[in-house]
Amino acid sequence: MKMTRRTGLALVLAMATGLFGGMTAKAAEPLKVGFVYVGPIGDHGYSYQHDQGRLAVEKHFGDKVKTTYVENVAEGADAERVIRQLAAAGNDIIFTTSFGFMNPTAKVAKQFPKVKFEHATGYLRGPNLATYMARFYEGRYVAGIAAGRLTKSNKLGYIASFPIPEVVRGVNAFTLAARSVNPKAEVRVVWVNSWYDPGKEREAAEALMAQGVDVLAQHTDSAAPVQAAEEKGVWAIGQASDMSRFGPKSHLTAIVDDWSGYYIDRVQAVMDGTWKSTDTWHGFDADMVRLAPFNPATPADVKAEALSVEQQIKDHKLHPFTGPIKDQSGKEVVAAGKTVSDADLLKMNWFVEGVIGSMPK
Amino acid sequence: MALHLELRPEPSRAMLFVAPMLAIALTVATGGVLFAALGFSPLPALKVFFLSPLGDLYGISELLLKATPLAIIAVALALGFRGNVWNIGAEGQLIMGAVASGGVALALYDVSGYWVLPVVLLAGVAGGALYAGIPAFLRIRFHANEILTSLMLNYVATLFLAWLVHGPWRSPEGYNFPESRMFTDSALMPVLLEGTRLHVGALLAPVVALIAWVILSRSFLGFQIKVIGMTPAAGSYAGFGPKRVIAFTLMFGGGMAGLAGAMEICGPIGQLVPTVSPGYGYTAIIAAFLGRLHPFGILLAALLLALTYIGGDAAQISLGVPLAVTQVFQGMILFFLLACDVLIRYRVRLAARPSLGGAA
Amino acid sequence: MSEAEIATLAAILAAMVRAATPLVFAALGELVTERAGVLNLGIEGMMLMGAVAAFGTAHAGAGYAAAMAMGAGAGVAMSLLFAFLALGLRANQVACGLALSIFGVGLSAFVGKSLVGTPIEALPALPIPLLSEIPVVGRALFSQDILVYVSVLAVPAISWFLFKTRPGLILRAVGENHDAAHDIGYSVLKVRVLAIMFGGAMAGLAGAYLSLAYTPMWVENMSSGRGWIALALVVFATWVPARALLGAYLFGGVTILQLHAQNWGIPVSSQILAMLPYLATIIVLVLISRDETKIKLNAPACLGKVFHSGR
Repeated sequence: MKMTRRTGLALVLAMATGLFGGMTAKAAEPLKVGFVYVGPIGDHGYSYQHDQGRLAVEKHFGDKVKTTYVENVAEGADAERVIRQLAAAGNDIIFTTSFGFMNPTAKVAKQFPKVKFEHATGYLRGPNLATYMARFYEGRYVAGIAAGRLTKSNKLGYIASFPIPEVVRGVNAFTLAARSVNPKAEVRVVWVNSWYDPGKEREAAEALMAQGVDVLAQHTDSAAPVQAAEEKGVWAIGQASDMSRFGPKSHLTAIVDDWSGYYIDRVQAVMDGTWKSTDTWHGFDADMVRLAPFNPATPADVKAEALSVEQQIKDHKLHPFTGPIKDQSGKEVVAAGKTVSDADLLKMNWFVEGVIGSMPK
Repeated sequence: MALHLELRPEPSRAMLFVAPMLAIALTVATGGVLFAALGFSPLPALKVFFLSPLGDLYGISELLLKATPLAIIAVALALGFRGNVWNIGAEGQLIMGAVASGGVALALYDVSGYWVLPVVLLAGVAGGALYAGIPAFLRIRFHANEILTSLMLNYVATLFLAWLVHGPWRSPEGYNFPESRMFTDSALMPVLLEGTRLHVGALLAPVVALIAWVILSRSFLGFQIKVIGMTPAAGSYAGFGPKRVIAFTLMFGGGMAGLAGAMEICGPIGQLVPTVSPGYGYTAIIAAFLGRLHPFGILLAALLLALTYIGGDAAQISLGVPLAVTQVFQGMILFFLLACDVLIRYRVRLAARPSLGGAA
Repeated sequence: MSEAEIATLAAILAAMVRAATPLVFAALGELVTERAGVLNLGIEGMMLMGAVAAFGTAHAGAGYAAAMAMGAGAGVAMSLLFAFLALGLRANQVACGLALSIFGVGLSAFVGKSLVGTPIEALPALPIPLLSEIPVVGRALFSQDILVYVSVLAVPAISWFLFKTRPGLILRAVGENHDAAHDIGYSVLKVRVLAIMFGGAMAGLAGAYLSLAYTPMWVENMSSGRGWIALALVVFATWVPARALLGAYLFGGVTILQLHAQNWGIPVSSQILAMLPYLATIIVLVLISRDETKIKLNAPACLGKVFHSGR
């Protein structure tokens, strides 16, 4: 029964796209869009933001689409089954939103050549498998400018999840920016080895503040560090969504993930029959990364400087990873005027000068 | 009016089969009400949850794939539970089995041959058994309670695997992402059914159950386990200390958990990644008791548990039932199954006199 | 020590106390339950229900007292479900407890859906006059919120109850030898139900501490496995309340220390450092377990065993 329904749907779609172009997609069955999340939607962090993107798709297309999601999918043997189930259930495009879903997505993509797959933050692509990720480091660079200006102790804190290139890029961008305006600034990194554990994140925040840190950044999901900063009266930079409600006085800004534009574009492309396997890495320029409004208490000059840097990055006039860049040992790794290529950014696993903390060797 | 329980002189044979049926009936009834109350049509929802995973050969292959590690671990843990040895560390032993077998698979990366996979799997067994040897040693030598040691070692194992895949064992072609290389074909489990992920490991589950059954019912060691389980003191009166039982049951549990871990990474996953198990080591504890600590009962329990997980996914996909609701439903299924077991050993009467059995 | 070092030490101590508080609550509750001979592995589920109930109540504006009461009450409600299955229907305790955890994770996520992403004011600190001005220790121990004080005071209270009162003696007798306790004329079931309810209330308070004070928010699964650590701490404590407090502080303290140690320039990966709280707990348990007789004395002999009143 499942098989006939799927082939039936495929037939309808083939007719719709083949005979009438994109126009009649409305008249046919709704386009089915699937999402796989690594955490629960209720994490109010990474998976929550992806789900906001899904809701934006529903809002934009109305009854022309039908979305489905599976949350809290473990990155192991289960992922492949869930992705395959989504494909077998007739979804036309499936977004798998975590790095650990890469190989399972690639395997299922081969088995369902007619279904479009989109994998976030990975590097495997195929005829029907596209990848997408966001240049969060651009947001972290702007936050670093403000942090470098605002710190009085010259100690900045960074609550980090796992030592993967994505996180390392963020730490480095933040540090480079802070030191570009305040060469004395140093960034202390604490790994909590979790994406999402409010208690542990709070403990890391407290440890950093006890060491004299007066601006906190985080690459973990919960608002616990922002709350801890609020209690101690230091600045905090939120993650994934605007967390200002959790720290009216402390919340400087936040690096907001906004997937809605991308998801709407890609669903539209499937409807139009123009979908291609692409490698997307958007930042400020496509609003995939945004900054939450700066705290009203932010000094005007600091805010103006940060916003101007944001604009320069948006206009591609400034690249956060422009040399000279030294590594932790003080060795120059990127010569003056050179920028780090996307390929090298993708696999970045070294810290820049000014970062205090270590990575597994 | 209150429930009154009367211990049966003999467990009821009829109830052995009636009890699960009653549990299923209760599950269907309350599940229907639950789904209806949340605005889902009850019958289609139940059908998706329980029947859709069994709808085709592929679905059944996935069910067996998921039930295999649960069954293998639970059967082995049950031996310990029967002998009052509380190994809560199967999750860590599974991970260490995966680490050991993954290490061998990576070391033999350029080697091919029929012997590679058996060596890799044996390394998994050894890794899990040795890791379980730590709580066994600490219990025997220092009387350290294995509930604590084995549980704490789960976290240590998780962090150890994380360190390996973020650091030394990271794939050189993987852009510094936390994953090892994909294993070569010689280290991968042969697939049983073409087009599915079901591998030969599924055949091992009944074999392990049979071995456990033979140990339990036909060997002196099994006799010792049962005696110690009934009264810990009796073991020492009878002239054998529980040391042998502690060491054997912990390391057998660890070895089988390690085997399960090895088969996960050499089977459906194909490489070492930070998450090799969605908590099989914990779920297996439920499977062991749901199967009434009997090897063959556990096989059924593992299948049922696997079905509730896969059914939960299916309900999310086909009907948009949130994960939270599928978890609530899963908890209810377990409650009913466990509760209905009361009928096997007790006669339930309605008594006019209030008794705490019902008031509780 | 310099002034900065003293400040750091005070901060570490204060953080240790707070990190340990949910563990203290949950471990003390489970300890009493186990002393009565019942093993309830559903702590995680009871904690989460306590957290969501307390948060929801506070969020609705009913005040902290009501929130704490609702947190404890939600824990009790969950524990009664367990008591009905495990005692009323004699179902297997271990499996029922695990099922209760799964059930609680799901149910708390379900009822808390609308609370995600909404903040509340944190439970305020209540500095104790004079004591809070003692250097280092004053800030760490006497400038905390009410729940921290309750968790600490619960230790002598429970010790007194268990070892100095008649009901405490009965409770221990029931856990030690239920048949004998029954023959003397005590109601084994009644004692056990009450002990389970106490465990539920304490687990609920542990959750309430998380969602009202420690991280005043509700997110799914926010207890992140702390119920399991609490379970291990009961064993660590060899069923003695004061040792449960020490164990929780040891675990919390090492957790905080390893976060600090990451910036001490030790060339060790954070994953290895993060193993320390677990390893420290094991090592200390091994040290205190060497004397076998002491342990045996405390472990409730009837733990997890089914009681048949008809025998």
